Amino acid sequence: MKEKEKQDVKKIIDLAENIVKQIYANQNPHYEIIQRSLSNVIFDEKNKILIFGNKKQTRSYFNINQAKKFMQSLLIVAKSKEVIENSKTVTIRELYYQLKGSGKKENNFDNQKESDPIIVDIETAIGLIREEMHIKADDKGKLIGNIVIKSEKDIIDASKLGRIGLPIPSIVEDLEIKKIDAKYVLVIETSGMWDRLVEEKYHQKNNCILIATMGQVSRGVRRMIYKLVNEYKIPVYAFTDGDPWGYYIYSVIKCGSIALAHESRRLATPSIKYIGMTMTDVEKYNLKKVTEPLKEVDVKRIDELLKYPWFKNSQWEKQLILMKETGRRIEQQALASKSLGFVAEKYLPEKIKNQDFLP
Amino acid sequence: MEKIQTRADELAKEHKEISVAEFFEKNKHLLGYENLQKSLLTCVREAVDNALDACEEMNVLPDIYIEIKKIKENRFKLIVEDNGPGIVKEHIANIFGKLLYGSKFHKLQQSRGQQGIGISASVLYSQLTTGKDTKIYSKIGDGKVHIYELHIDTKTNNPVIAKETTIYGNGRGTRIEMELKGKYMKGKRSVYDYLQQTAIMNPASKIVFIDPNSKKYLFDRVVNKLAKRPKEIRPHLAGIEHGTLKKMLKLTKARNIVSFITTEFSRIGKTTALEIVKKAEVDEKLSPKNLSFGEIEKIIDSVEKTKLSNPPTDCLSPVGELQIEKGIKKELHPEFVATITRKPSVYRGNPFQIEFGIGYGGDLDKEGQSILMRFANKVPLLYEQSSCALTKAIMQTDWKRYGLSQTGSSIPTGPVIFAIHIVSVWVPYTSEGKEAVASYPDIIKEVKLALCDVGRKLLVYLSRKKRAAELEEKKETFKKYISRVATSLAEITGKDKNEIEEKLKTELEERIELIEVETEKYEDLEINNKIKEEEE
Repeated sequence: MKEKEKQDVKKIIDLAENIVKQIYANQNPHYEIIQRSLSNVIFDEKNKILIFGNKKQTRSYFNINQAKKFMQSLLIVAKSKEVIENSKTVTIRELYYQLKGSGKKENNFDNQKESDPIIVDIETAIGLIREEMHIKADDKGKLIGNIVIKSEKDIIDASKLGRIGLPIPSIVEDLEIKKIDAKYVLVIETSGMWDRLVEEKYHQKNNCILIATMGQVSRGVRRMIYKLVNEYKIPVYAFTDGDPWGYYIYSVIKCGSIALAHESRRLATPSIKYIGMTMTDVEKYNLKKVTEPLKEVDVKRIDELLKYPWFKNSQWEKQLILMKETGRRIEQQALASKSLGFVAEKYLPEKIKNQDFLP
Repeated sequence: MEKIQTRADELAKEHKEISVAEFFEKNKHLLGYENLQKSLLTCVREAVDNALDACEEMNVLPDIYIEIKKIKENRFKLIVEDNGPGIVKEHIANIFGKLLYGSKFHKLQQSRGQQGIGISASVLYSQLTTGKDTKIYSKIGDGKVHIYELHIDTKTNNPVIAKETTIYGNGRGTRIEMELKGKYMKGKRSVYDYLQQTAIMNPASKIVFIDPNSKKYLFDRVVNKLAKRPKEIRPHLAGIEHGTLKKMLKLTKARNIVSFITTEFSRIGKTTALEIVKKAEVDEKLSPKNLSFGEIEKIIDSVEKTKLSNPPTDCLSPVGELQIEKGIKKELHPEFVATITRKPSVYRGNPFQIEFGIGYGGDLDKEGQSILMRFANKVPLLYEQSSCALTKAIMQTDWKRYGLSQTGSSIPTGPVIFAIHIVSVWVPYTSEGKEAVASYPDIIKEVKLALCDVGRKLLVYLSRKKRAAELEEKKETFKKYISRVATSLAEITGKDKNEIEEKLKTELEERIELIEVETEKYEDLEINNKIKEEEE
């Protein structure tokens, strides 16, 4: 074990020893976690990231609603310690299967939805992030461009991967960036748009790195963006669908998420800027006919975003209100209505040249 | 039964040539002989009610033996034997062989005898359906057994003794043997059902029953003391009816109307009597025998306008809360029983008292219907359930409030038994069948109060039970994970797993105890307060 890992294991042992101490003192065994709800989320105006407030939650064994979770937490903690000590890493899915239980009487976990949130609880209880506990998620997201990365003993040049690109792993800490030559990073929501831009050789023509989040941004992708921006001071832009979900993806990259606000410092990239799709694009590029009507859930989500402090910004409010008023949303791939090359030849270059961004 | 009695009297006096057989045939639906199943049951009831009354009259703990033997299809021999005082030789023939003999007319005393027309009707039924004589054995404690075999002369309504013998024999008691046409059934309104219900409301009795398959049933005694004998009282003037008053006026020895009122009725002094007579504008010197129809009406109107003191209530002999509880427990084995004996009350000048018992769970059918048992003066009412005031009171009560399942205004379902008992010197029935209690507001009110009281006790019990189950579930949950928690902790810290586990188990026990004590302290009280508010 590395020195860092020894310290991490010590933190796990401390938690367990504290609980044992409580048991010997005839106390209700418990540990504290951060309350991970909107009411405990604060928008740190200075650093422009989401952080948790001081609200703590006690999880104790002799509480009928918490007993099982308490037991499950300890199973995960014990497993994590074992994995670290054996120099392995498990996926959250493997972890679930390892701990699911015999099924004799009652499973330890009935499905992965039970184990996933507990992993996050433990992060806040121990003060270790999932990656430090050697637990990872499935790889999600991909990258292409002028960047050379070292993984284990192999050197990978992400500019020489044809149109395939490089999958972004769940844990990027082990990756070493050997060389980078790019003017900016473009983060794209859909895989389809990423493919389009690759086919148009956009990354080569504009010398940039293209990252596809492929929907919700994974921790790996967020860490990768963070790494690129913080280590190499490269500008980064986001390009998502023009709907509340796309806007929220952007805000997660920028300020962090509500559920993982304790990790914002390591995950958020406040310097990112937003390219589109905006509601003003609809007007400007005459895209009205390729907009889609908002569904009820979309409208509800818009209202929620309008209440988030980190969306309290005249430019964002304008977009959201416009969206609500017109009752329409726009997908990034709707730009294909102009021509396939339109996005690569006109839309993006123009926006970047004019610095036509939302904050 | 008053109407029948009046009619029978008239028949007897005015049309002697009309046979009692004809009278019986015309009225058999009122007398309980309208079908084979009910006829058999009626004969059993007449005999058993008599037996219980006789034992209680002599303050003997009843020992009743009932046997029904199958002779052939639809033909049975019924034997009922008791350990009562026996019947003096001179009365035997008339009691069993003369319709309406010795009926207590204006004798007001709580007794079972209000049901049916009497054992002589059973004798008549037996002879009409089988042609056989009824055999009576009587021991009055003089070392002899008087045995009579008799039937009724259907023309003259007089006993005909076919055979009379006397043998030696010790003890006391009466035994009756009769053959009759009938149908033996099981289930609701069966002989067994009747005997079991009788056993519940007569917990001081021991009843042995041999059914037609020679199967023996024992309804054992659970109370070793009889309730105090009900006192006989004079009728109360309030609510008196024209016919009754007319009859009493005819029979009285009083010389004038005022003394008639003070001597024949309960708790009326001379002042009140004078007030009634004056208001009625009837001459106070008038002989009771000379009152006209109009004058009788005036007296009745005047009574209604006069405030009368309530009748005495020592004429009532309820079964008792503990006794009913024992009866229900013994026969039905529920896990919970609550009972109440309300204070005596009065409807239309008649003292009455309501008793109510509820049994829940245990051996009672969890899926099935609830059981509703109605009793009047310790006798089960088996027919006309839906028209009975006691049933209505049950249905009009919101039992969901007390933790039972109920659909709309119906009888609740689930593992529950209701036993409602009305005790009175004069139980008001809806009809001549005497199977349903009439809906007098005073009676309904008392029944409902009884239901609420016992309902609250049931609710407290059910809530406690639910709480205990919840607590048990909690305990199980906590217990379930202890081993896994201990294992994980031991794995991480390297400490002893068993020690951690033991510690957690001890802690669990202590915590459960604490929860138990704390919740029980105030929850029962809270339930009671809440439900009382709702009832209001």
